[in-house]
Amino acid sequence: MLDNSTPATEISALPATKPPKATARAQRGSGRRNSLARRREFRAGLAMSTPAILLLTFFLVIPVLLAFGLSFTNARLISPNPPRLVGFDNFFRAFEDPVFLQSLWNTFAFALVIVPVQSGLGLLLAVLVNQRIRGVFLFRVIYFIPVVTSIVVVSILWKLMYSEDGLINSFINTVTFGAWNGIDWLGEQSTAMPAIIVLSIWQAVGFHMVIWLSGLQTIPGELYEAARVDGASTWRQFTNVTWPGLRPTMIFVLITITIDALRLFVQVDVMTQGGPRDATTTLVYHAVRAGYRQQEVGYGATISLIFFVLVLIIALVQRRLTREKD
Amino acid sequence: MKRRSLPVMVSLCAASALALTGCGQAGQGGGSGDGPIELTMWTHSAGNPAELEVYEKIITEFNASQDEYKVVEESFPQGAYNDAITAAAAADDLPCLLDMDGPIMPNWAWAGYLQPLDLPTSITDELLPTAVGTYEGEIYSAGYWDAALSIFARKSVLDANGIRIPTVDEPWTIDEFDAALATLQSAGYATPLDIGAEDAGEWWSYAYSPMLQSAGGDEIDRDTMLTADGALNGPEAVDFFTWFQEAFEKGWASNAGTIGNQEFVDDKVALSYTGVWNALASIEAVGDDLLILPPPDFGTGPKIGGGSWQWGISSNCSEEQTEGARQYLEFSFQDEYIAEFADKQVVIPATAGAEALTEHFSEDGALRPFVELSQQFALARPETPAYPVISSTFEKAAKDIMNGADVKSTLDGAVKEIDANIESNDGYGF
Repeated sequence: MLDNSTPATEISALPATKPPKATARAQRGSGRRNSLARRREFRAGLAMSTPAILLLTFFLVIPVLLAFGLSFTNARLISPNPPRLVGFDNFFRAFEDPVFLQSLWNTFAFALVIVPVQSGLGLLLAVLVNQRIRGVFLFRVIYFIPVVTSIVVVSILWKLMYSEDGLINSFINTVTFGAWNGIDWLGEQSTAMPAIIVLSIWQAVGFHMVIWLSGLQTIPGELYEAARVDGASTWRQFTNVTWPGLRPTMIFVLITITIDALRLFVQVDVMTQGGPRDATTTLVYHAVRAGYRQQEVGYGATISLIFFVLVLIIALVQRRLTREKD
Repeated sequence: MKRRSLPVMVSLCAASALALTGCGQAGQGGGSGDGPIELTMWTHSAGNPAELEVYEKIITEFNASQDEYKVVEESFPQGAYNDAITAAAAADDLPCLLDMDGPIMPNWAWAGYLQPLDLPTSITDELLPTAVGTYEGEIYSAGYWDAALSIFARKSVLDANGIRIPTVDEPWTIDEFDAALATLQSAGYATPLDIGAEDAGEWWSYAYSPMLQSAGGDEIDRDTMLTADGALNGPEAVDFFTWFQEAFEKGWASNAGTIGNQEFVDDKVALSYTGVWNALASIEAVGDDLLILPPPDFGTGPKIGGGSWQWGISSNCSEEQTEGARQYLEFSFQDEYIAEFADKQVVIPATAGAEALTEHFSEDGALRPFVELSQQFALARPETPAYPVISSTFEKAAKDIMNGADVKSTLDGAVKEIDANIESNDGYGF
């Protein structure tokens, strides 16, 4: 853009404006210039936000509104009969549906483990790869590779590794000198969910490591120098310089991990289909199963709506708990 | 210029996007005017070159045989096929000709995707009963073949363990079958039976609901089609599922392993409950030692699932296209083509005429026993629009039971789920 401080060039860019003559006109010109600039800003803003607004409207706002409407009907995916309003039937049904209740429990149990463990591990890795040593870049890449690998591929590979004669069992068998007889990790009710938790952390921890790392690198080095001058130990440096400096990052990591964890679906769909005996079914998986595979769109929408409200509440509570005190 | 560039670019993009979709739309209509009328045709056979090859042959020969119609084929992978049809139906954009798995046909007919087939009875009467799909008295689909399940065994293994070789007239009773499994297990087969439980999806209903029917239960009360109560949770069903659960507990069967028949080929299992499509590979590996046996009799005689992929005409087909689609189907039901499907795909040909032409299924063909099994024991899955829900509920219940869930309460839950679904659909028109 041309230099804004020279009115002549600015005005000459507008063909309709006559050349300025005197100070009065110059003043008027500057007033008009302001409103012009504002209008232009508004237009630019509109142009830049339009794609996002359009996409959000089509793929978020409208579906949410549709789901809201559908959840009070008995709409079907395939049916010659028009959907009928059924009031709150779907909601009553959900809270009597044992699979729904189990899904609710599983989803929150998963999130309850994932959120602290994954964010903690991510921070640990970030601190480790934040060292100024040779080859540290290699480690960053290694930890980040699972993130850029398709979760479907990761799930299929881990399914093979978890199988009764898979890599994990034969590894444990070898290191215990044959004392370990393989267990079917994904086939046992007690181990299926923990197995999915381990794989999920492995897959996603690299992403949060990078977020933590960016947070770490925004902390000015002088603060550490000052702390060292004061004789602070490494641990004191962490608690008094690093951790307070990471606060905004922490809030971001916490909220994204929570939402991600609550959305658990692909791993379950690929590896266990909710089994064994509903040990790994989740809210999203149950919504897909009910709404799409069993074709009850109305009921599926109800589950999604309940899910949406729960996630919203949790995000708001987190936001409130972590808000800046001042 | 700079100021304008962004809105201009946006509108340019929008305009070109519109133009592109416009072209796409225009391309689909096609075939009006002086050229031949285009008939779109979707198959689920991408990834199955043997099957696709025969279709391409039929289409080429049909297109060359007349100049009024032109069939244009498009194939989808089986996993995504039903979704593609549902999406196309929602967009009112179904192809004229489409194939479908037998048991889903009533659902699609009820939903208005399909129109009655109206093929001459001289064709449909010749077909195996399970290769013709009937819903509410109308024929909506017809197929070139059927599949059949059987138990594969090695003659040498059964002889060595003193196990009687069953026949179609005298199949194993369930007690004999249990005894055989116990014997084979103590003879060193850690898992004597590959029952196929590692598979997922429609396989469960296809493979295990015939066992349930053999025991005297069913997936739904076929007299009314309105409830599963008494059929899926009656004493016969509880008996069968208790057997099913115990088979896994005792280690007779397992849900580990790989899909397909490799464990049997490698002699890791003694018996394999599997389909005709795996038979050729097993003959190659086992040779004359291979036995193709009827499944055991759980009480009311052996049963095997009938109804494989079949063809229908969609309701989106215009009148003149429908005429062409019928001509194409009539053309395609030639014994020569049916025999080719049977040999290439290793499935049971749907006509007696084609049987004689095949290498594997003729009177002295190696896979002849399957024809007999299909004729004697084939039973279609329930012909109701509720079937997709029944199948998915059945699969979940059977898997839970396999994993140790209480039999009676799991079946009661499944019945409740199926009945609630039927009710919320106002009985699916029954």
